[in-house]
Amino acid sequence: MHTDITLTVDGHSRALRVDTRTTLLDALREHLRTTAPKKGCDHGQCGSCTVLLAGRRVVSCLILAAAADGAEVTTAAGLAPEGREHPLQRAFVDHDGLQCGYCTPGQICSAAGVLEEAAAGWPSAATPPGEPAEGQAVPLTDAEIRERMSGNLCRCGAYAGIVAAVGEAARAAEAADPAATEAQSGGAR
Amino acid sequence: MKPFDYRRATDPADAAALVADTPGAAFLGGGTNLVDRMKLGVAAPDMLVDITGLGLDEVEPLPDGGLRIGANVRNSDAAAHPLVRARYPVLSQALLSGASGQLRNTATTGGNLLQRTRCVYFQDTSTPCNKREPGSGCSALEGYQRYHAIFGASPDCVATHPSDMAVALTALDARAVVRDAAAERRIPVAQLHRLPGEAPEHDTVLSRGDLITAVELPAMPMAARARYRKIRDRASFAFALVSVAAAIERAEDGTVADVRIALGGVAHKPWRALLAEEALRGAAATDGAFAAAAAAELAEARPLPGTAFKVPLVRAAITATLREAAGGPPGRVPGKEEP
Repeated sequence: MHTDITLTVDGHSRALRVDTRTTLLDALREHLRTTAPKKGCDHGQCGSCTVLLAGRRVVSCLILAAAADGAEVTTAAGLAPEGREHPLQRAFVDHDGLQCGYCTPGQICSAAGVLEEAAAGWPSAATPPGEPAEGQAVPLTDAEIRERMSGNLCRCGAYAGIVAAVGEAARAAEAADPAATEAQSGGAR
Repeated sequence: MKPFDYRRATDPADAAALVADTPGAAFLGGGTNLVDRMKLGVAAPDMLVDITGLGLDEVEPLPDGGLRIGANVRNSDAAAHPLVRARYPVLSQALLSGASGQLRNTATTGGNLLQRTRCVYFQDTSTPCNKREPGSGCSALEGYQRYHAIFGASPDCVATHPSDMAVALTALDARAVVRDAAAERRIPVAQLHRLPGEAPEHDTVLSRGDLITAVELPAMPMAARARYRKIRDRASFAFALVSVAAAIERAEDGTVADVRIALGGVAHKPWRALLAEEALRGAAATDGAFAAAAAAELAEARPLPGTAFKVPLVRAAITATLREAAGGPPGRVPGKEEP
Protein backbone atom coordinates (compact mmCIF):
# COMPACT_ATOMS: atom_id res chain seq x y z
CA MET A 1 0.00 0.00 0.00
CA HIS A 2 1.36 3.37 -1.02
CA THR A 3 0.72 6.96 -0.07
CA ASP A 4 1.72 10.32 -1.51
CA ILE A 5 3.44 12.71 0.87
CA THR A 6 5.31 15.99 0.88
CA LEU A 7 8.29 16.76 3.07
CA THR A 8 10.25 19.98 3.38
CA VAL A 9 13.82 18.75 3.78
CA ASP A 10 16.54 21.25 4.64
CA GLY A 11 14.42 24.01 3.16
CA HIS A 12 13.42 22.23 -0.07
CA SER A 13 9.88 20.94 -0.64
CA ARG A 14 9.92 17.35 -1.91
CA ALA A 15 6.95 15.27 -3.09
CA LEU A 16 7.25 11.48 -3.04
CA ARG A 17 5.24 8.26 -3.08
CA VAL A 18 6.14 5.78 -0.34
CA ASP A 19 5.05 2.35 0.85
CA THR A 20 3.17 2.91 4.13
CA ARG A 21 5.89 0.80 5.82
CA THR A 22 8.60 3.32 4.95
CA THR A 23 10.15 5.14 7.89
CA LEU A 24 11.06 8.81 7.72
CA LEU A 25 14.72 7.71 7.79
CA ASP A 26 14.33 5.45 4.75
CA ALA A 27 12.28 8.09 2.93
CA LEU A 28 15.12 10.58 3.46
CA ARG A 29 17.96 8.23 2.57
CA GLU A 30 16.53 5.87 -0.05
CA HIS A 31 13.92 8.06 -1.74
CA LEU A 32 15.38 11.56 -1.44
CA ARG A 33 19.09 10.66 -1.23
CA THR A 34 19.46 12.84 1.85
CA THR A 35 22.14 10.75 3.52
CA ALA A 36 23.14 12.98 6.45
CA PRO A 37 20.95 10.97 8.89
CA LYS A 38 22.48 7.50 9.33
CA LYS A 39 20.93 4.11 9.99
CA GLY A 40 22.60 2.56 13.04
CA CYS A 41 20.37 0.29 15.11
CA ASP A 42 17.08 1.13 13.32
CA HIS A 43 15.30 0.69 16.70
CA GLY A 44 15.56 4.13 18.29
CA GLN A 45 18.40 3.18 20.59
CA CYS A 46 21.52 4.68 18.99
CA GLY A 47 20.42 8.15 17.83
CA SER A 48 22.44 8.18 14.58
CA CYS A 49 19.24 8.90 12.58
CA THR A 50 18.37 11.99 14.66
CA VAL A 51 16.84 14.88 12.71
CA LEU A 52 14.83 17.95 13.70
CA LEU A 53 11.14 17.42 12.87
CA ALA A 54 9.25 20.71 13.08
CA GLY A 55 12.25 21.96 15.06
CA ARG A 56 12.34 19.13 17.61
CA ARG A 57 14.93 16.36 17.73
CA VAL A 58 13.51 12.93 17.00
CA VAL A 59 14.79 9.54 15.86
CA SER A 60 13.66 9.27 12.23
CA CYS A 61 13.85 5.44 12.24
CA LEU A 62 10.74 5.09 14.44
CA ILE A 63 8.56 7.63 12.64
CA LEU A 64 6.56 6.50 9.62
CA ALA A 65 7.05 8.71 6.57
CA ALA A 66 3.26 8.75 6.10
CA ALA A 67 2.85 10.19 9.60
CA ALA A 68 5.36 12.95 8.80
CA ASP A 69 3.44 14.12 5.72
CA GLY A 70 3.67 17.90 5.40
CA ALA A 71 6.39 18.26 8.02
CA GLU A 72 9.56 20.30 7.98
CA VAL A 73 12.68 18.17 8.44
CA THR A 74 16.14 19.53 9.18
CA THR A 75 19.14 17.23 8.93
CA ALA A 76 22.72 17.94 9.96
CA ALA A 77 23.36 18.97 6.34
CA GLY A 78 20.74 21.70 6.56
CA LEU A 79 21.37 23.12 10.03
CA ALA A 80 23.37 26.03 8.65
CA PRO A 81 22.74 27.96 5.44
CA GLU A 82 24.31 26.27 2.41
CA GLY A 83 28.09 26.56 2.36
CA ARG A 84 28.20 27.74 5.98
CA GLU A 85 29.22 25.94 9.14
CA HIS A 86 26.91 25.60 12.17
CA PRO A 87 28.68 26.50 15.46
CA LEU A 88 28.09 22.94 16.69
CA GLN A 89 29.84 21.54 13.63
CA ARG A 90 32.86 23.82 14.24
CA ALA A 91 32.88 22.84 17.95
CA PHE A 92 32.83 19.10 17.15
CA VAL A 93 35.86 19.56 14.88
CA ASP A 94 37.70 21.75 17.40
CA HIS A 95 37.13 19.29 20.27
CA ASP A 96 37.66 16.00 18.38
CA GLY A 97 34.02 15.10 19.01
CA LEU A 98 34.26 12.23 16.53
CA GLN A 99 36.53 9.55 15.15
CA CYS A 100 34.80 7.60 12.37
CA GLY A 101 32.03 10.19 12.05
CA TYR A 102 29.11 7.82 11.49
CA CYS A 103 27.14 8.97 14.56
CA THR A 104 28.11 12.63 14.10
CA PRO A 105 25.16 13.96 12.04
CA GLY A 106 22.82 12.49 14.65
CA GLN A 107 24.94 13.82 17.51
CA ILE A 108 24.89 17.31 16.00
CA CYS A 109 21.13 17.37 15.37
CA SER A 110 20.56 16.05 18.89
CA ALA A 111 22.88 18.70 20.33
CA ALA A 112 21.01 21.40 18.40
CA GLY A 113 17.84 20.15 20.09
CA VAL A 114 19.56 20.12 23.48
CA LEU A 115 20.59 23.79 23.13
CA GLU A 116 17.01 24.79 22.29
CA GLU A 117 15.44 22.69 25.05
CA ALA A 118 17.80 23.97 27.75
CA ALA A 119 17.32 27.56 26.57
CA ALA A 120 13.55 27.04 26.82
CA GLY A 121 13.95 25.96 30.47
CA TRP A 122 13.17 22.29 29.99
CA PRO A 123 14.52 20.36 32.97
CA SER A 124 16.26 16.98 32.59
CA ALA A 125 16.78 14.04 34.93
CA ALA A 126 20.02 15.78 35.97
CA THR A 127 18.20 19.00 36.97
CA PRO A 128 17.36 19.30 40.68
CA PRO A 129 13.58 19.23 41.35
CA GLY A 130 12.15 22.74 41.32
CA GLU A 131 14.78 24.13 38.97
CA PRO A 132 14.91 26.14 36.81
CA ALA A 133 12.44 28.87 37.81
CA GLU A 134 9.76 29.43 35.17
CA GLY A 135 11.16 31.33 32.21
CA GLN A 136 14.80 30.61 33.12
CA ALA A 137 17.20 28.61 30.99
CA VAL A 138 18.94 25.51 32.34
CA PRO A 139 22.75 25.97 32.46
CA LEU A 140 24.33 23.20 30.39
CA THR A 141 26.84 21.71 32.82
CA ASP A 142 28.74 18.58 31.81
CA ALA A 143 26.28 16.50 33.87
CA GLU A 144 23.34 18.09 32.03
CA ILE A 145 24.96 17.48 28.63
CA ARG A 146 25.72 13.83 29.44
CA GLU A 147 22.14 13.21 30.55
CA ARG A 148 20.52 15.07 27.65
CA MET A 149 22.76 13.43 25.02
CA SER A 150 22.20 9.89 26.35
CA GLY A 151 20.12 8.98 23.31
CA ASN A 152 23.17 9.23 21.04
CA LEU A 153 25.75 6.45 21.14
CA CYS A 154 29.31 6.72 19.81
CA ARG A 155 31.04 3.40 19.26
CA CYS A 156 34.40 5.17 18.84
CA GLY A 157 33.97 6.59 22.35
CA ALA A 158 34.44 10.25 21.49
CA TYR A 159 32.16 11.20 24.38
CA ALA A 160 34.67 13.44 26.18
CA GLY A 161 35.08 15.54 23.02
CA ILE A 162 31.33 15.57 22.39
CA VAL A 163 30.57 16.90 25.89
CA ALA A 164 33.22 19.59 25.46
CA ALA A 165 31.90 20.54 22.01
CA VAL A 166 28.28 20.85 23.13
CA GLY A 167 29.36 22.84 26.18
CA GLU A 168 31.32 25.28 24.06
CA ALA A 169 28.46 25.71 21.58
CA ALA A 170 26.07 26.33 24.49
CA ARG A 171 28.33 29.01 25.95
CA ALA A 172 28.77 30.60 22.53
CA ALA A 173 24.99 30.68 21.96
CA GLU A 174 24.45 32.25 25.38
CA ALA A 175 27.14 34.89 24.79
CA ALA A 176 25.63 35.73 21.39
CA ASP A 177 22.08 36.09 22.68
CA PRO A 178 21.86 36.13 26.50
CA ALA A 179 18.25 37.36 26.47
CA ALA A 180 17.16 34.34 24.48
CA THR A 181 18.46 31.91 27.06
CA GLU A 182 16.82 33.79 29.91
CA ALA A 183 13.30 34.40 28.77
CA GLN A 184 12.69 32.10 25.86
CA SER A 185 9.74 29.90 26.66
CA GLY A 186 8.38 27.41 24.17
CA GLY A 187 11.43 27.92 21.99
CA ALA A 188 12.00 24.19 21.65
CA ARG A 189 8.48 23.41 20.60
CA MET B 1 6.98 -5.93 7.99
CA LYS B 2 3.47 -6.85 6.90
CA PRO B 3 1.80 -4.30 4.58
CA PHE B 4 -0.83 -2.15 6.30
CA ASP B 5 -3.35 0.52 5.51
CA TYR B 6 -2.58 3.96 6.98
CA ARG B 7 -5.49 6.23 7.95
CA ARG B 8 -5.49 9.68 9.48
CA ALA B 9 -8.23 10.08 12.12
CA THR B 10 -10.23 13.30 12.07
CA ASP B 11 -12.73 12.61 14.85
CA PRO B 12 -12.24 10.64 18.09
CA ALA B 13 -15.58 8.77 17.93
CA ASP B 14 -15.05 7.86 14.27
CA ALA B 15 -11.51 6.68 15.02
CA ALA B 16 -12.76 4.53 17.92
CA ALA B 17 -15.50 3.04 15.70
CA LEU B 18 -13.07 2.35 12.84
CA VAL B 19 -10.59 0.48 15.04
CA ALA B 20 -13.38 -1.37 16.89
CA ASP B 21 -14.94 -2.52 13.61
CA THR B 22 -11.68 -3.50 11.89
CA PRO B 23 -9.94 -6.66 13.12
CA GLY B 24 -6.20 -6.05 12.98
CA ALA B 25 -6.53 -2.28 13.34
CA ALA B 26 -4.56 -0.30 15.89
CA PHE B 27 -4.22 3.34 16.93
CA LEU B 28 -0.93 5.06 16.10
CA GLY B 29 0.33 7.80 18.43
CA GLY B 30 4.03 8.71 18.43
CA GLY B 31 4.81 5.17 17.35
CA THR B 32 8.07 4.87 19.30
CA ASN B 33 7.05 1.47 20.69
CA LEU B 34 4.51 0.27 18.10
CA VAL B 35 6.71 0.91 15.04
CA ASP B 36 9.59 -0.82 16.80
CA ARG B 37 7.42 -3.86 17.54
CA MET B 38 6.29 -3.91 13.92
CA LYS B 39 9.94 -4.01 12.82
CA LEU B 40 10.57 -6.86 15.25
CA GLY B 41 7.58 -8.81 13.96
CA VAL B 42 5.98 -8.69 17.40
CA ALA B 43 3.11 -6.54 16.12
CA ALA B 44 1.60 -6.90 12.65
CA PRO B 45 -1.43 -4.61 12.32
CA ASP B 46 -3.45 -4.54 9.09
CA MET B 47 -4.43 -0.93 9.60
CA LEU B 48 -2.95 1.99 11.54
CA VAL B 49 -5.27 4.82 12.53
CA ASP B 50 -3.06 7.84 13.24
CA ILE B 51 -4.63 9.83 16.07
CA THR B 52 -2.00 12.56 16.34
CA GLY B 53 -4.13 14.92 14.24
CA LEU B 54 -7.01 14.81 16.73
CA GLY B 55 -5.73 17.58 18.97
CA LEU B 56 -5.89 16.12 22.50
CA ASP B 57 -2.56 17.88 22.99
CA GLU B 58 -3.31 20.38 25.77
CA VAL B 59 -2.42 20.45 29.46
CA GLU B 60 -5.35 22.15 31.20
CA PRO B 61 -6.08 22.92 34.85
CA LEU B 62 -9.28 21.33 36.20
CA PRO B 63 -11.75 23.32 38.32
CA ASP B 64 -11.00 21.22 41.43
CA GLY B 65 -7.29 22.09 41.34
CA GLY B 66 -6.34 19.03 39.33
CA LEU B 67 -4.86 18.77 35.87
CA ARG B 68 -5.91 17.20 32.59
CA ILE B 69 -3.18 16.05 30.22
CA GLY B 70 -4.32 15.25 26.68
CA ALA B 71 -3.45 11.83 25.30
CA ASN B 72 -1.40 13.37 22.48
CA VAL B 73 0.72 15.60 24.75
CA ARG B 74 4.29 14.54 24.08
CA ASN B 75 6.23 13.20 27.06
CA SER B 76 8.74 16.07 26.86
CA ASP B 77 5.99 18.71 26.86
CA ALA B 78 4.27 17.11 29.84
CA ALA B 79 7.55 16.93 31.77
CA ALA B 80 8.39 20.58 31.09
CA HIS B 81 4.91 22.00 31.65
CA PRO B 82 4.91 24.61 34.48
CA LEU B 83 1.74 23.22 36.10
CA VAL B 84 3.05 19.64 36.02
CA ARG B 85 6.35 20.77 37.53
CA ALA B 86 4.65 22.86 40.23
CA ARG B 87 1.85 20.51 41.27
CA TYR B 88 3.17 17.06 40.35
CA PRO B 89 6.98 17.17 40.15
CA VAL B 90 7.02 13.40 40.65
CA LEU B 91 5.37 13.05 37.24
CA SER B 92 7.91 15.33 35.60
CA GLN B 93 10.75 13.36 37.24
CA ALA B 94 9.29 10.04 36.14
CA LEU B 95 8.88 11.21 32.54
CA LEU B 96 12.41 12.64 32.43
CA SER B 97 13.88 9.41 33.78
CA GLY B 98 12.43 7.46 30.86
CA ALA B 99 13.80 6.92 27.33
CA SER B 100 15.90 9.62 25.60
CA GLY B 101 15.30 13.24 24.64
CA GLN B 102 14.45 12.23 21.07
CA LEU B 103 11.96 9.57 22.16
CA ARG B 104 10.29 11.86 24.73
CA ASN B 105 9.80 14.45 21.95
CA THR B 106 7.80 11.85 20.01
CA ALA B 107 6.12 9.57 22.57
CA THR B 108 2.65 10.56 23.77
CA THR B 109 0.86 10.32 27.11
CA GLY B 110 -1.60 7.72 25.85
CA GLY B 111 1.06 5.72 24.07
CA ASN B 112 3.33 5.70 27.11
CA LEU B 113 0.52 4.06 29.12
CA LEU B 114 -0.05 1.45 26.41
CA GLN B 115 3.59 0.58 25.64
CA ARG B 116 4.29 -3.11 26.02
CA THR B 117 6.83 -5.02 28.08
CA ARG B 118 10.47 -5.06 27.00
CA CYS B 119 10.87 -8.68 28.20
CA VAL B 120 13.57 -10.00 25.87
CA TYR B 121 11.52 -13.10 25.05
CA PHE B 122 8.40 -11.09 24.20
CA GLN B 123 10.49 -9.09 21.75
CA ASP B 124 12.20 -12.13 20.19
CA THR B 125 9.89 -14.03 17.84
CA SER B 126 12.26 -17.06 17.85
CA THR B 127 11.44 -17.86 21.49
CA PRO B 128 8.23 -19.03 23.20
CA CYS B 129 6.22 -16.29 24.93
CA ASN B 130 2.65 -16.56 26.22
CA LYS B 131 2.11 -12.82 25.91
CA ARG B 132 3.09 -12.75 22.22
CA GLU B 133 1.77 -16.19 21.32
CA PRO B 134 -0.72 -17.53 23.90
CA GLY B 135 -0.03 -21.11 24.89
CA SER B 136 3.56 -21.20 23.60
CA GLY B 137 5.12 -21.06 27.08
CA CYS B 138 7.18 -18.58 29.13
CA SER B 139 10.88 -18.50 28.31
CA ALA B 140 11.68 -16.18 31.22
CA LEU B 141 10.70 -18.76 33.86
CA GLU B 142 14.00 -20.54 33.19
CA GLY B 143 15.78 -17.64 31.51
CA TYR B 144 17.01 -14.07 31.88
CA GLN B 145 15.02 -12.50 34.72
CA ARG B 146 16.77 -9.27 35.63
CA TYR B 147 13.87 -7.06 34.45
CA HIS B 148 11.12 -9.35 35.68
CA ALA B 149 8.50 -9.37 38.42
CA ILE B 150 8.43 -9.97 42.16
CA PHE B 151 4.72 -9.20 42.64
CA GLY B 152 1.58 -10.59 41.02
CA ALA B 153 3.20 -12.80 38.38
CA SER B 154 1.67 -16.07 37.16
CA PRO B 155 3.11 -19.36 35.88
CA ASP B 156 2.28 -18.03 32.41
CA CYS B 157 4.04 -14.66 32.54
CA VAL B 158 6.58 -12.90 34.77
CA ALA B 159 7.02 -9.76 32.64
CA THR B 160 6.95 -6.21 34.00
CA HIS B 161 5.33 -3.04 32.70
CA PRO B 162 8.11 -0.73 31.51
CA SER B 163 6.57 2.75 32.00
CA ASP B 164 7.97 5.24 34.48
CA MET B 165 5.17 7.73 33.85
CA ALA B 166 2.49 5.19 34.76
CA VAL B 167 4.15 4.59 38.15
CA ALA B 168 3.89 8.28 39.03
CA LEU B 169 0.30 8.42 37.73
CA THR B 170 -0.60 5.42 39.90
CA ALA B 171 0.77 7.12 43.01
CA LEU B 172 -1.16 10.29 42.09
CA ASP B 173 -4.59 8.57 41.87
CA ALA B 174 -4.77 9.55 38.18
CA ARG B 175 -7.65 8.49 35.93
CA ALA B 176 -7.49 7.61 32.25
CA VAL B 177 -10.28 9.14 30.17
CA VAL B 178 -11.33 6.48 27.68
CA ARG B 179 -13.85 6.70 24.90
CA ASP B 180 -15.32 4.15 22.54
CA ALA B 181 -17.58 4.88 19.57
CA ALA B 182 -20.55 5.57 21.87
CA ALA B 183 -19.43 7.03 25.18
CA GLU B 184 -16.68 8.26 27.46
CA ARG B 185 -15.66 6.64 30.76
CA ARG B 186 -12.94 7.05 33.36
CA ILE B 187 -10.66 4.27 34.62
CA PRO B 188 -8.23 4.74 37.52
CA VAL B 189 -4.72 4.25 36.12
CA ALA B 190 -4.16 1.79 38.97
CA GLN B 191 -6.87 -0.39 37.42
CA LEU B 192 -6.03 0.19 33.76
CA HIS B 193 -3.33 -2.48 33.55
CA ARG B 194 -4.00 -6.04 34.69
CA LEU B 195 -2.04 -8.88 36.20
CA PRO B 196 -1.08 -11.64 33.75
CA GLY B 197 -3.04 -14.55 35.24
CA GLU B 198 -3.86 -17.01 32.50
CA ALA B 199 -4.22 -14.32 29.80
CA PRO B 200 -0.91 -12.41 29.66
CA GLU B 201 -1.71 -11.37 26.07
CA HIS B 202 -3.99 -8.73 27.59
CA ASP B 203 -1.95 -5.90 29.15
CA THR B 204 -4.94 -3.74 30.06
CA VAL B 205 -8.69 -3.86 30.63
CA LEU B 206 -9.30 -1.94 27.37
CA SER B 207 -10.97 -3.47 24.32
CA ARG B 208 -9.94 -2.85 20.71
CA GLY B 209 -11.31 0.53 19.75
CA ASP B 210 -11.10 1.99 23.26
CA LEU B 211 -9.24 5.27 22.80
CA ILE B 212 -7.48 7.00 25.69
CA THR B 213 -8.14 10.72 25.17
CA ALA B 214 -6.59 12.16 28.34
CA VAL B 215 -5.23 11.53 31.81
CA GLU B 216 -6.72 13.43 34.73
CA LEU B 217 -4.83 14.15 37.93
CA PRO B 218 -6.88 15.02 41.03
CA ALA B 219 -5.78 17.84 43.32
CA MET B 220 -3.32 16.45 45.87
CA PRO B 221 -1.40 19.03 47.93
CA MET B 222 1.23 16.51 49.11
CA ALA B 223 2.01 15.73 45.46
CA ALA B 224 3.89 19.05 45.26
CA ARG B 225 6.64 17.39 47.33
CA ALA B 226 6.31 13.87 45.92
CA ARG B 227 9.41 12.27 44.44
CA TYR B 228 10.40 9.60 41.91
CA ARG B 229 13.48 7.43 42.26
CA LYS B 230 14.64 5.04 39.57
CA ILE B 231 17.35 2.43 39.93
CA ARG B 232 18.84 1.02 36.74
CA ASP B 233 21.93 -0.61 35.31
CA ARG B 234 23.25 2.60 33.71
CA ALA B 235 22.77 6.23 34.64
CA SER B 236 20.52 7.21 31.72
CA PHE B 237 18.40 5.75 28.90
CA ALA B 238 17.67 2.41 30.58
CA PHE B 239 14.55 0.75 31.94
CA ALA B 240 14.05 0.49 35.69
CA LEU B 241 15.20 -2.46 37.70
CA VAL B 242 13.11 -0.91 40.45
CA SER B 243 11.47 2.50 40.76
CA VAL B 244 9.42 4.26 43.43
CA ALA B 245 6.96 7.16 43.29
CA ALA B 246 6.07 8.40 46.75
CA ALA B 247 4.04 11.22 48.31
CA ILE B 248 3.69 11.75 52.04
CA GLU B 249 1.82 14.19 54.29
CA ARG B 250 2.97 14.59 57.86
CA ALA B 251 0.58 15.60 60.64
CA GLU B 252 1.60 18.28 63.16
CA ASP B 253 2.65 15.60 65.65
CA GLY B 254 5.10 14.15 63.12
CA THR B 255 3.04 11.09 62.26
CA VAL B 256 2.03 10.13 58.74
CA ALA B 257 -1.35 11.69 57.88
CA ASP B 258 -1.49 10.37 54.32
CA VAL B 259 0.80 8.55 51.93
CA ARG B 260 0.95 7.19 48.37
CA ILE B 261 3.54 4.67 47.17
CA ALA B 262 3.76 3.06 43.73
CA LEU B 263 6.50 0.81 42.38
CA GLY B 264 7.86 0.20 38.89
CA GLY B 265 9.89 -2.66 37.46
CA VAL B 266 8.33 -5.19 39.84
CA ALA B 267 5.04 -6.33 38.31
CA HIS B 268 2.93 -6.70 35.16
CA LYS B 269 1.39 -3.33 36.08
CA PRO B 270 2.47 -0.27 38.03
CA TRP B 271 2.33 -1.66 41.58
CA ARG B 272 0.47 0.42 44.13
CA ALA B 273 2.00 -0.52 47.50
CA LEU B 274 -1.27 -0.51 49.48
CA LEU B 275 0.09 -2.69 52.30
CA ALA B 276 2.99 -0.30 52.85
CA GLU B 277 0.62 2.68 52.78
CA GLU B 278 -1.68 1.03 55.33
CA ALA B 279 1.26 0.26 57.61
CA LEU B 280 2.38 3.89 57.50
CA ARG B 281 -0.86 5.80 58.11
CA GLY B 282 -0.67 7.08 61.67
CA ALA B 283 2.86 5.79 62.19
CA ALA B 284 5.82 8.00 62.99
CA ALA B 285 7.47 9.42 59.85
CA THR B 286 10.86 7.83 60.53
CA ASP B 287 13.28 5.74 58.51
CA GLY B 288 12.44 2.79 60.75
CA ALA B 289 8.73 3.10 60.02
CA PHE B 290 9.40 3.55 56.29
CA ALA B 291 11.50 0.37 56.22
CA ALA B 292 8.88 -1.53 58.22
CA ALA B 293 6.18 -0.41 55.78
CA ALA B 294 8.32 -1.57 52.86
CA ALA B 295 8.78 -4.92 54.62
CA ALA B 296 4.99 -5.25 55.02
CA GLU B 297 4.61 -4.88 51.26
CA LEU B 298 7.53 -7.17 50.49
CA ALA B 299 6.03 -9.94 52.63
CA GLU B 300 3.80 -10.53 49.59
CA ALA B 301 6.73 -10.65 47.14
CA ARG B 302 7.36 -13.92 45.29
CA PRO B 303 10.72 -13.30 43.65
CA LEU B 304 12.26 -15.50 41.00
CA PRO B 305 15.89 -16.60 41.38
CA GLY B 306 16.86 -13.79 39.02
CA THR B 307 14.76 -11.12 40.76
CA ALA B 308 15.59 -11.88 44.41
CA PHE B 309 17.95 -8.89 44.39
CA LYS B 310 14.95 -6.60 43.97
CA VAL B 311 13.58 -7.34 47.46
CA PRO B 312 16.29 -5.49 49.43
CA LEU B 313 16.49 -2.92 46.62
CA VAL B 314 12.77 -2.09 46.92
CA ARG B 315 13.06 -1.84 50.70
CA ALA B 316 15.95 0.64 50.46
CA ALA B 317 14.36 2.58 47.59
CA ILE B 318 11.00 3.00 49.36
CA THR B 319 12.75 4.16 52.52
CA ALA B 320 14.95 6.68 50.72
CA THR B 321 12.14 8.04 48.54
CA LEU B 322 9.75 8.50 51.47
CA ARG B 323 12.49 10.25 53.44
CA GLU B 324 13.03 12.68 50.57
CA ALA B 325 9.29 13.23 49.97
CA ALA B 326 8.93 13.94 53.70
CA GLY B 327 11.47 16.73 53.35
CA GLY B 328 14.53 14.90 54.63
CA PRO B 329 17.87 14.61 52.87
CA PRO B 330 17.61 12.64 49.62
CA GLY B 331 19.97 9.94 50.80
CA ARG B 332 21.23 7.20 48.59
CA VAL B 333 20.27 3.64 47.98
CA PRO B 334 23.05 1.61 49.59
CA GLY B 335 25.36 0.05 47.05
CA LYS B 336 24.10 2.09 44.11
CA GLU B 337 26.13 4.78 42.41
CA GLU B 338 24.15 7.67 41.03
CA PRO B 339 25.38 10.49 38.83
